[in-house]
Amino acid sequence: MSVQVKDLKVYYRTLRGDVRALDGASFTIADGEIMGLAGESGCGKSTLGRSLIAIDGRMRYVGGSVSLDGAALPLDDQAAMARHRFTAVSLVPQYAMSAMNPTRKIGKLVTDLLRSRGIAPDTVLGEFRRRLELVGLSTDVLARYPIELSGGMKQRVVMVISTLLDPSLLVADEITSALDVSTQKAVAEAVVEFRDRGFVASTIVITHDLSILVQMADSIMIMYAGKPVERASTDAVVSSSRHPYTRLLLSSLPEVGVRYEEHRLSGIAGRPPSLLNPPPGCRFRDRCPLAFAKCAEEPPFVEVAPGHSAACWKA
Amino acid sequence: MRRYFTRKFLIYLLTFFFAVSIDWAIPRFMPGDPVQSMLSRAALHPESATAMYDYYSNSFGLDVPIWRQYLNFWGSLLQGDLGTSVWLYPQPVSSVIANAIPYTLALMLPAILLSWWAGNSFGAFAARRKWLDNTALPFAYILNSMPYMWLGILLAWLLGSVLDIFPLSGGYGYGLQPEWSLEFIGSLLKHWFLPFASLFLVGFGGWAIGMRNLIIYELESDYSHYLTALGAPQRLIRRYAFRNAMLPQVTGLALQIGVIVAGALVTEIVFSYPGLGNLILQAINNEDYFLLQGAFLFIIIGVLIANFVIDMVYVLVDPRTRTGMRGATS
Ligand SMILES: Nc1ncnc2c1ncn2[C@@H]1O[C@H](COP(=O)(O)OP(=O)(O)OP(=O)(O)O)[C@@H](O)[C@H]1O
Ligand code: SF4
Ligand SMILES: [Mg+2]
Repeated sequence: MSVQVKDLKVYYRTLRGDVRALDGASFTIADGEIMGLAGESGCGKSTLGRSLIAIDGRMRYVGGSVSLDGAALPLDDQAAMARHRFTAVSLVPQYAMSAMNPTRKIGKLVTDLLRSRGIAPDTVLGEFRRRLELVGLSTDVLARYPIELSGGMKQRVVMVISTLLDPSLLVADEITSALDVSTQKAVAEAVVEFRDRGFVASTIVITHDLSILVQMADSIMIMYAGKPVERASTDAVVSSSRHPYTRLLLSSLPEVGVRYEEHRLSGIAGRPPSLLNPPPGCRFRDRCPLAFAKCAEEPPFVEVAPGHSAACWKA
Repeated sequence: MRRYFTRKFLIYLLTFFFAVSIDWAIPRFMPGDPVQSMLSRAALHPESATAMYDYYSNSFGLDVPIWRQYLNFWGSLLQGDLGTSVWLYPQPVSSVIANAIPYTLALMLPAILLSWWAGNSFGAFAARRKWLDNTALPFAYILNSMPYMWLGILLAWLLGSVLDIFPLSGGYGYGLQPEWSLEFIGSLLKHWFLPFASLFLVGFGGWAIGMRNLIIYELESDYSHYLTALGAPQRLIRRYAFRNAMLPQVTGLALQIGVIVAGALVTEIVFSYPGLGNLILQAINNEDYFLLQGAFLFIIIGVLIANFVIDMVYVLVDPRTRTGMRGATS
């Protein structure tokens, strides 16, 4: 039990009130597990990922806990949290293309970063070089500026930097979205390789592309309107999903490799509810073909089969 | 790298050639005859006027065809000869300008450099520090948006007329002769202070606001967020932000230094300060085309040198310009 999240709630403060973007998530990720996180745009995937790294000024920690290898993370104390970042929890951001300071050579940037965290650069730079070679980059990139690299190269460099200190949890947000199909594959393989070599213990891969999760994830969690609705092994989600939303999501995938984001979920009519004032009961009720009277009550997120949880009265 | 510098240098040389040619042409194709107007002030007999006209035309080199005048102009320019001043006849233009330049430089260089340094330091420090941002920044905005003329007059009125601490006009006291004496230098400093302070204040406000906004922009950029996500301390993030925010400010500084002389115009007129700006005003009032031409020549040289230096500096500090000249490698 490496990562344990219990009833985590993080809202955005806005002028019109709190946006309940993450409204109670409980799950665990084992050591060496790659968990895929999927769901429609705006369902709170990035919010969950971000909350595990840094809850910034626009967000408000409302409740819940996260523990890493048994020790609780100080989610609501950003100064204390900073000490855990990079070493225990780390992020490969959605914006990897622009994540590095454009006016600093990559080698210098990493040295600056390590020093600022009180780590002698010499102790890890050798490993940094080895890992760059592992993902197919020459160590020349150390002497280069970020703009001198292609998109795929930047993506890989950022991945190597983020995992340099062997974090227990890595959050990878949309790391393949900006890449072409062949580069996507290489990046997905690198994530698996890093896990296999023990560079990261647990990984959360956030993506719009379910087909890529099928290739690389051990398990998948589906979110809807700020809450997890189903969580199971990849096989179980693909072949025997229990939640109506997951099933519609899978059936609305026209073919492998096409992102459902671009298809605006033709299979599921309607839109997700507003997270400003979400309705009581099951949040999928308006769009659910199986909805019945009981769905006015909120279904609990419970185990429906061994290692398989879902939040649906009909699951 | 070398090819880049050589190419740049040639471009600047070409620009210099055209700018100076235009500088030569404009007064000559303007209506009015400088010699005529100089003589008319002297109210002479018609016959002697004709003789005088011929004499002056010859001594100003205006009695040869226009293309010859142009060639002669370049010839003497390359020997450092800018002609003779009409207004202060028979002083050579070069010595009139040489007398004015120290005043302008002593006024503008410290004002520009110090306000740049102080404004940027303050702006960078104030960015994202709530209490400073809320208290000091409005003053910077007021300073910056005030018309310069008005600020100058306000300062002159307050410190010059009301409190009577500083003299209102001139470069030094009326009874004094330029010399290396304590009295003269003290008088120089006293006369220097008001124009300097007015320039400094306006510059300071502008730089501080600019820097603050640039820093906030940098702190909101992706690389800052990534550093935060990796637990980097605020110190490192601010250091990067400052370094990147400095780049546009360096360009801004270069442009200011380039137009240093033109910038001095208003100040020197408000405070009757005997620098190049004042000289331009006098040259216009007295239809002294040679002096005007000489003064503009210095502006051209100043702008070009400043831009050239900044081009070089930029290549050294910003890698993004460097890839442009090598062709992107990926
Ligand atoms: N800064 C913010 N202020 C207010 N609301 C926000 C903010 N950021 C996100 N939200 C809202 O929170 C919800 C969840 O956003 P989040 O970015 O986590 O979604 P996501 O699942 O990652 O979507 P995507 O697939 O488009 O990346 C959305 O409804 C969004 O409108
Ligand atoms: S709880 Fe009801 S409305 Fe919600 S998904 Fe299940 S059947 Fe549909
Ligand atoms: Mg997202």
